[in-house]
Amino acid sequence: MITSFLLKSFDRTIVIAVAVILGLGLLVPALNLLTPPDHPLHVPTYLVSLFGKYLTYALLALALDLVWGFCGILSLGHAAFFALGGYAMGMYLMRQIGARGSYGNPLLPDFMVFLNWKELPWFWYGFDMFWFAALMVVLVPGLLAFVFGWFAFRSRVNGVYLSIITQAMTFALLLAFFRNDMGFGGNNGLTDFKDILGFNIQADGTRAALFAASAVALALSLVLTSGMVRSKYGKILVGVRDAESRTRFLGYRVEHFKLFAFTVSAMMAGVAGALYVPQVGIINPGEFEPGNSIEVVIWTAVGGRGTLIGPIIGAILVNGGKSIFTAAFPEFWLFALGGLFVLVTLFLPKGIVGTAQAWRAKRKAYRKAADDEAAKAMAAAEPLAAE
Amino acid sequence: MNEKKPTSLLYLDGVSVSFDGFRALNSLSFVIEPGELRAIIGPNGAGKTTMMDIITGKTRPDTGAVFFKGDIDLTKRDEAEIAQLGIGRKFQKPTVFESHTVWDNLELALNRKRGVFATLFYRMTAEDNARIEEILSTVRLSNRRNDLAASLSHGQKQWLEIGMLLAQEPELLLVDEPVAGMTDAETAETAILLKEIARTRSVVVVEHDMGFIRDLGVKVTCLAEGSVLAEGSIDFVSADQKVIENYLGR
Repeated sequence: MITSFLLKSFDRTIVIAVAVILGLGLLVPALNLLTPPDHPLHVPTYLVSLFGKYLTYALLALALDLVWGFCGILSLGHAAFFALGGYAMGMYLMRQIGARGSYGNPLLPDFMVFLNWKELPWFWYGFDMFWFAALMVVLVPGLLAFVFGWFAFRSRVNGVYLSIITQAMTFALLLAFFRNDMGFGGNNGLTDFKDILGFNIQADGTRAALFAASAVALALSLVLTSGMVRSKYGKILVGVRDAESRTRFLGYRVEHFKLFAFTVSAMMAGVAGALYVPQVGIINPGEFEPGNSIEVVIWTAVGGRGTLIGPIIGAILVNGGKSIFTAAFPEFWLFALGGLFVLVTLFLPKGIVGTAQAWRAKRKAYRKAADDEAAKAMAAAEPLAAE
Repeated sequence: MNEKKPTSLLYLDGVSVSFDGFRALNSLSFVIEPGELRAIIGPNGAGKTTMMDIITGKTRPDTGAVFFKGDIDLTKRDEAEIAQLGIGRKFQKPTVFESHTVWDNLELALNRKRGVFATLFYRMTAEDNARIEEILSTVRLSNRRNDLAASLSHGQKQWLEIGMLLAQEPELLLVDEPVAGMTDAETAETAILLKEIARTRSVVVVEHDMGFIRDLGVKVTCLAEGSVLAEGSIDFVSADQKVIENYLGR
């Protein structure tokens, strides 16, 4: 059952994409660790972390694409799931600091000592264990998405209304996490991490390993989503996107199909967030900013929604552009991003990958038509030749 | 009336529904027997589409009873459940999955387990394959199987949708204006197709096209202002004074 599911997920594009991602996951750390700093091919550690961050963004965009591109649910709150996964990882990293914090309290993170708290809040229990934190990375976003989706999809909240309430959800979380008494470090969030699984988080080797882990997570998620969208389930998902009432009158419970995709997508976003936090070294409520979720939509649209590799390419291109642009002309970045979105919507409505695919299909159809013409001409010419 | 329930396939009694004060259905009652092909006519706003909405669970009636196969109360179930019970519906505007191939459209419509995990791990069986082939030839789309549904002509989309309903293996098929926008040749073929289908199941056809209904040659129910005006053969109904006033005369 599982094998046939996995076999179906591999077509040529996916195999190539997975190979490229895993290849990068090996190559970049190797170039960082095995070459001397003055070597022309040396990748400095800050770039390893920067590229690692792009990979986690790519995973987030892929997660959004599963619900937006294939099911038509335009979630404007996906950064919330990303941030929740990030906070779960951040809580683990905070507990790893132990007595090395500025206040030297072996149990309480610095911000709690600063707030004069006497004991660890109940929801921080267990986060000293990596396996528990890893579980929470997928469970917390998954549970939120499940409960949120349960009510929204059952009440048939659709289209723009759904987008608005997802945006409201992330905004509500933003306000909640800003509060000091929530117990998540308030405005400053969680930072000053020391180590992860016993390894120094600043060390080159750890950075390289985090990059490789991000690449593996992205590759696995790509295989998973590919298997999902290629199965009958995925075809029904597209059916829901294109003709929801038809799907319903064929006897499918549309709300269940949406809920499953939404929950899986939120879990993937959580994993992305968990890999993001150790690489950037901080998680704060700013990650819940409504604008962040909208940026994810732009990456996905630029790359091509409804294609699986599109959002990955889009996320890397737009963020690469952002890194370069914000260094050169910091004040113009938002204009450039807005302009990009307008241009893509106007001229490349299917995104980069979608347009390339359409172009290739057209050329193939044209060539086939030409072949048919030629065959016909041959067939017509043959009797003449026989005479 | 109660003795009649167990034998009839579909039974509507005193169904009324209002939208913002407008009475779309006004104590509508009629019965469909197993294996019956029935045509429903009526002017715009007579409540034909609302009636279908009620049978398929899209709209709940304010009052009245709707029973399927004797004792299944349709007013308490939703669209997916009613579809699984065996009621298929074709919309007025052809509604197929445009970005899927003709084959995939039929695969999705096939009456198989419809849960999330059942579909996630579904594998095409030889039996399902044969069934889809059979439907493709019934709706005359065998040579278009790998084309996207979006590339079909209007008439072909109508047929694909009828094919999807067949794949669903319903006991009762509700068909809303199947020949709207079709050419005369397509209309005649559709009449043959529907008669073929009606041999194994009950079909209710809502139509405006009187020529098409004459082609079908079946019992006709004329609706007006949300209730039944006349019922009988096409000649009987079209001779009815009230029908002429309300519908044909206009």
